[in-house]
Amino acid sequence: MSVLFLVESVNGQIKKNSFEAASYAAKVAEQLGSTAVGVALGTVDNSELAALGEYGAAKVLHVADAALDAFDSGVYASVIAQVAQAAGAQVVVLSQSTTGKAVAPRLSVKLQAGLVSGAVALPDTSNGFVVKKAAFSGKAFAYVKVETAVKIVGLVPNSFGAVKGSGSAAVEAASANIPASGVKVKEVSRATGSTLPLPEAELVVSAGRGLKGPENWGIIEDLANALGATTACSRPVADVGWRPHHEHVGQTGVAIRPNLYIAIGISGAIQHLAGVNQSKVIVVINKDPEAPFFKAADYGIVGDAFEVVPKLTEAIKKFKAAQ
Amino acid sequence: MKFLVCISLVPDTTTKISFVDNDTKFNNDKVQWILNPYDEWYALVRALELKEANGGSVTVINVGPAANDQVIRKALAIGADDAIRVDGADELDAFGVASNIAAVAKDGGYDIVLLGKETISYNGSNIGGMVAELLDAPFVSYATKLDVSGNTATVAREIEGGKEIVEVATPFVLSAAKGMAEQRIPNMKGIMAAKTKPLKVVPAVAAPALTTIVKYELPPAKAAVKLISPDNVEELVTLLHNEAKAI
Repeated sequence: MSVLFLVESVNGQIKKNSFEAASYAAKVAEQLGSTAVGVALGTVDNSELAALGEYGAAKVLHVADAALDAFDSGVYASVIAQVAQAAGAQVVVLSQSTTGKAVAPRLSVKLQAGLVSGAVALPDTSNGFVVKKAAFSGKAFAYVKVETAVKIVGLVPNSFGAVKGSGSAAVEAASANIPASGVKVKEVSRATGSTLPLPEAELVVSAGRGLKGPENWGIIEDLANALGATTACSRPVADVGWRPHHEHVGQTGVAIRPNLYIAIGISGAIQHLAGVNQSKVIVVINKDPEAPFFKAADYGIVGDAFEVVPKLTEAIKKFKAAQ
Repeated sequence: MKFLVCISLVPDTTTKISFVDNDTKFNNDKVQWILNPYDEWYALVRALELKEANGGSVTVINVGPAANDQVIRKALAIGADDAIRVDGADELDAFGVASNIAAVAKDGGYDIVLLGKETISYNGSNIGGMVAELLDAPFVSYATKLDVSGNTATVAREIEGGKEIVEVATPFVLSAAKGMAEQRIPNMKGIMAAKTKPLKVVPAVAAPALTTIVKYELPPAKAAVKLISPDNVEELVTLLHNEAKAI
């Protein structure tokens, strides 16, 4: 018996959300008196995989075939299903990444296992298996009972947090029949840079039309750099091309759940809030005291971004230097 | 090329969400139902554009009660050729909905089955992958661009912090995200034509419920915003560290 979690990697590096999935799986395993086992696909270094032990994984099963370096939901679901069955998985945990969201529903059909996508908390196992999930674009939660013997959980990134301890996972090679892929990956491009992709970022600095033009984003990037945060933007700003589309957070863009979301010069339309209202702490900086975003904020500064943001950056730098 | 576009009905974005029966049921009272924006703006409109360019047909499918017909007609007004409503009970889980779509799609000879990246109601992102698995077809999710040449499609899809370009042969399933197409407002001619376009009702197939919703909950009320003077940003840093523990 085991609680299986998917290990995602990019260019051989384990993604941050997989450490979180490991920690979550370890907790679920503890609840069920089982062990957390990772499943890694494609080329990843074994020493990288062993480090998942620090997050609670007892073992990592590695299907190392290089054919799995390219992503296809059908192939991934097939391989994960085979590993899940061989490992006697009671629960399979996947992060709600673009990979997890494409694989989990296929896996649900393959294993005839109920799927809770968008989980934000550990399951309640006192009476069956009930998981809290976000719904109505962050405006409510639903408690979903999984009715099947095998359960699948799609965990919202940064909702549980990676819990680092000590330990080393045993890495075992696993074999699986790898079906032919119907999807040919022609090109993969990722923004370069050291910051985390938005869905995984704990700190996000976001700006909107209040910045007046793309040439003014320097102060936003300075603040983000001082914090070690990822930058984001509102829809109008991405639509007019001031910022790249992958930075757009909101209902039609990326939905995020960082520990801290700083919104600068964004009015806070309901469609924007739908993508950020699950942030743990929201700071709003806007010169309009009537901006609706203040109603959704924990902290607010009514002021001109061009004056407030550089001062805040300096204050953050001073704070970091004193740490 | 034959397109099947899955359309879901969702509460309008501005709906005040509430629950009844001891928080076990969604409160339908005074809710304005609309086409799920991602299904409508991206999946449906792109299918229509490709049909207009290369010929073929666009069928929309919805799983739900007769009350949905009025909103389904909107998809016909935007330009879909015909509609299928699977007369399902309205309490199906994702697997139930997907099983019913797959049952219709199976023998329909559709080249591409399209739907939005998720619904704005349950935000599950489940149906596309489940339908693809049930049809044993490739699934390309979070697609921002779709071009078709012969029976090969080139698709751009979002990944974390970037994008991926893939090639896939028909038939396949695709979930559409922003960038795929722009919203179309139905015109009077479209609205009139929609009244007489075929809307076929088919019975639901049985599928086991893999999950059930046992309870809903609203987030705790947000405390009033704490305003900080723009001349004292150091206070914000202190609060974020000591009180919010966010930095």
